[in-house]
Amino acid sequence: MSTRDLTVPVAAPATPWRQRLGTMVPILVLAPSLAASFIYVFVFTLWTLYLSLSSSSLMPTYGFVGLDNYASLWANRRWNIAYTNLFLFSGFYIVGSMAIGLLLAILIDQRVRGEAVWRTIFLYPLAVSFIVTGTVWSWLYNPVDGIQAFVRGLGWTDFSFALTANRNTAIYAVIITGIWQSSGFAMALFLAGLRSVDPDLVKAAQIDGASVSRTYRKVILPTIAPIFLAVAVIQIQFAIKTFDLVAALTRGGPGVSTTFPAIYVYDLMFQRGQIGEGAAAAMMMLAALAVVLMPYSLWIVWRRRAEGRNG
Amino acid sequence: MSALMIRDLHKSYGGLEILAGINLEARTGEFVALVGPSGCGKSTLLAMIAGLETVTSGEIWIGDRLVNSVQPKDRDIAMVFQSYALYPTMTVRQNITFGMESRGVPKAEQAEAVKRVAALLQIEQLLNRKPGQLSGGQRQRVAMGRALVRDPKLFLFDEPLSNLDAKLRVDMRTEIKKLHHRVGKTTVYVTHDQVEAMTLASRIAVMNQGSVQQFDTPKRIYDRPTNMFVAGFMGSPAMNFIPARLAGSTSISVRAADGGDATLALAAPLPVGAPKDMVLGVRPEHIYRFTTDLKARKPAVQSMQAPVELVEPTGAETLAVLRLGDLEITGRFEPDDAPVMGETITLGIDMSRACLFDPVTKALL
Repeated sequence: MSTRDLTVPVAAPATPWRQRLGTMVPILVLAPSLAASFIYVFVFTLWTLYLSLSSSSLMPTYGFVGLDNYASLWANRRWNIAYTNLFLFSGFYIVGSMAIGLLLAILIDQRVRGEAVWRTIFLYPLAVSFIVTGTVWSWLYNPVDGIQAFVRGLGWTDFSFALTANRNTAIYAVIITGIWQSSGFAMALFLAGLRSVDPDLVKAAQIDGASVSRTYRKVILPTIAPIFLAVAVIQIQFAIKTFDLVAALTRGGPGVSTTFPAIYVYDLMFQRGQIGEGAAAAMMMLAALAVVLMPYSLWIVWRRRAEGRNG
Repeated sequence: MSALMIRDLHKSYGGLEILAGINLEARTGEFVALVGPSGCGKSTLLAMIAGLETVTSGEIWIGDRLVNSVQPKDRDIAMVFQSYALYPTMTVRQNITFGMESRGVPKAEQAEAVKRVAALLQIEQLLNRKPGQLSGGQRQRVAMGRALVRDPKLFLFDEPLSNLDAKLRVDMRTEIKKLHHRVGKTTVYVTHDQVEAMTLASRIAVMNQGSVQQFDTPKRIYDRPTNMFVAGFMGSPAMNFIPARLAGSTSISVRAADGGDATLALAAPLPVGAPKDMVLGVRPEHIYRFTTDLKARKPAVQSMQAPVELVEPTGAETLAVLRLGDLEITGRFEPDDAPVMGETITLGIDMSRACLFDPVTKALL
């Protein structure tokens, strides 16, 4: 065997300025988006916080009034309805869309024929904007030319389906529409989770004599528990931001029965010129989000630590 | 009585035939290994025994019961999976009792069974941990515990050691063998590792392309492989295949290093109707450095010259690549007596241990 020269010509050591440029490039590239996030998230949050404590009306002013805006906000019946609606809607919407999404995911996971078609159909509502969803469903709910009129036209002349016409039931129309819109999304996430479960687990459960429902309850669903949490958190922040769906579906009515915090904030700030109180309402929405997201992120941190400990 | 009997078993997916007429049988207490390259159908066969795959045609008997259409849970089997398939959200104890829980076994009985199995596998201190907190070897034990607690008629192992590192694999192999001696359950063990099959099994079924090539004891499979596939698959380094021609009634000639022919006398007469061309199969450990002393000890040894191309010392033994015409063969030598690179040595081939194959049918002559 002949010996070969194994030394490969190496580039001359990089000059210090090149090295410095090399370390700078990632920072330079990220800087604009970091700055934008910082300004839009933190600066504007703090500004809103300040406005909520000010006497701003049509234009931002900086006369400090303490918690006056919050007091007047909570004294307002419409705001109380909006905040109640938010919790009512969030509860039903999240539980409903997760339950339906999970059911659909489990059904599709049975290796049904034409799986891709079903998946697309169920996921499709998510591709439709809230405005379109709201408009279409407002037609469906409309007693004069919606579902009620259609069924009556078939001959059931006593049939009544007018959720949006009644101030006690209108919120449920919003909830049903919301569930329709996002259960496909929940399904997609759950399906991905179900597909990530080791098929051997199912086989082992089969040999262990567990029924299908027991296999799901005890083996598969506990395994994908983190996905439940992820879906819930995503849905909650959807729910808290709800604006366009309601704007298109019921316009907050009848009366003020389907007012949501986001609609209320918009009204105060841009329609009535009460920027101070509007900012206070916005801060309350932020508080609602924080109540949900803080425990979640704390849990994530805790879990990462726990995993780090166990290797 | 046989604990497992498989008759003319077929499996196909659409037009694709996975298993083509498998016949297999395991006597009570026997350890049968299914071994073969990936894609040979061994895991499918195991899944069919477990009832996780449907039978296209043929019969599977467990004990005295035809189980073709019996649910997995009613087949009285237990299975250890390649990925262990431990339920990740349950503790080790819950993993072990899950099956009994599903069958409605009373709590007291469950606790008793867990105690017995945990003591057998020495996993008492792990019972309250979750699978994620266990090492690979511990998971392996728990998986076996989950299978053992059932006290089934038949144990099925699906490549249980392939996820472990080399050292642990050897340890666990020993453990499985000990365990089988102690509990004496009929076991079907799928592996692609021929060493595992050789060390564990009382009988080995070597599979290739959906059919059983040979089903016999490890020794018979190693010494008298029925065809060139089995001969080449079992044993590492693999058996050397040397083209040979008939030269007289009791000897053959092979192409030697210098391009000429070397004549080797056969240890036993050829069967009637043997072809003129054949393949001589010699395992590396049956190639020696020729000495008169060797000839005296092993009279069937035949000698020929070969240059040494390459030497690979592994510590316990030294492998040498030898040139034979345009062929390379491997010999296994004692490190103290190993040839050196570039040397031409006189080989002694133990013809009593060599096999002759038909080059067309690939079958043993």
